[in-house]
Amino acid sequence: MTPVVRTIAALIFPFIIIFSFYVIMHGHLTPGGGFQGGAIGASAIVMLIVAYGARNVKKKAKEESLSIFESIGGLVFVIVGIIGFVAASSFLYNFLVGEPLFGTIPPFGSNPGILNSGGILPILNIAVGMKVIGGLASVVLVMALAGGDEE
Amino acid sequence: MIYSIPFYTVIILILVGMYAMIFRRNLIKMAIGLTIVESAVNLFLVTLGYREGGVAPIYTNLPSGIKIPEGMVLPVPQALTLTSIVIGVAILALMLSLSIMIYRHYGTLDSKKVRRLKE
Amino acid sequence: MRWVAFVVFAAFLLFAAYELHPFGEPDDSRMDDYIISNAQNETAANNAVTSVVFDYRGYDTLGEATVLFTAIAGALVVLRRVKK
Repeated sequence: MTPVVRTIAALIFPFIIIFSFYVIMHGHLTPGGGFQGGAIGASAIVMLIVAYGARNVKKKAKEESLSIFESIGGLVFVIVGIIGFVAASSFLYNFLVGEPLFGTIPPFGSNPGILNSGGILPILNIAVGMKVIGGLASVVLVMALAGGDEE
Repeated sequence: MIYSIPFYTVIILILVGMYAMIFRRNLIKMAIGLTIVESAVNLFLVTLGYREGGVAPIYTNLPSGIKIPEGMVLPVPQALTLTSIVIGVAILALMLSLSIMIYRHYGTLDSKKVRRLKE
Repeated sequence: MRWVAFVVFAAFLLFAAYELHPFGEPDDSRMDDYIISNAQNETAANNAVTSVVFDYRGYDTLGEATVLFTAIAGALVVLRRVKK
């Protein structure tokens, strides 16, 4: 693409990544969560692929490493579930409610939102966000590499 | 009748997608039809759980004067819609990859011609 | 033949929409009322949709993550470039 598109894409990329992290981390307070934030982060990488070409992006992030990133997300999900099985009664039990980390129970009704709440939900949001970022970005990267040799 | 317009919109979308899937032979067009049907199903799930004048079931900065169970839309259909959207994206990715490989192998995307095994 | 199937399917959909409850008034919402009323105390999260996705229906999310992983692994395997 033209240098104008490349410059704007490089300039706006960190802001999209930060917005993706915001949506993932506030998934238990505001509309959003792991899936939506992960889709936003994957769209940032897709924007880089469109602007710079798939081969230049592949030098920085191979699809194997993106796939490993995705697998780590899935592993965190299952490990949190198994910890719930061991520490409490059942698989995926919300064992962090009432604990100091992420365990503050918000007051009933309308409240401004406490970031340190939600039990295991923020951890699972991060895990699913990693999964979606890695999965969608790797699929689009592989498809763009299979498409042809332009740029 | 006039209050059920979202349901009839769902029906029209499903019929458009089914038409593309039944009467077209291009694999990419069939994938587009399947995606339209899937969007229609997501819209149907969301409209099933809508309550008259309800707000989203989120307590952060909730406007005052909302009755707690009755003034909010149902959360379970929205959660299942969220699951369905991500599964749809994954299935679309798999379908398009298979279409790319079929085009490379047979040189065509026509489903009638693909059926004939070449080599 | 395909037209017959298409018309029968359309008739089925119209009949189902005619039999549905009116828009905006769900029939039975006891489960959703329980979740809306108790999600803050049981899962300590403000967002009831997220607490349904990750806590009440955690198994569904795990299965969905499995589907995502399988589909993406299949796409990567199918599109893996052959060294020429």
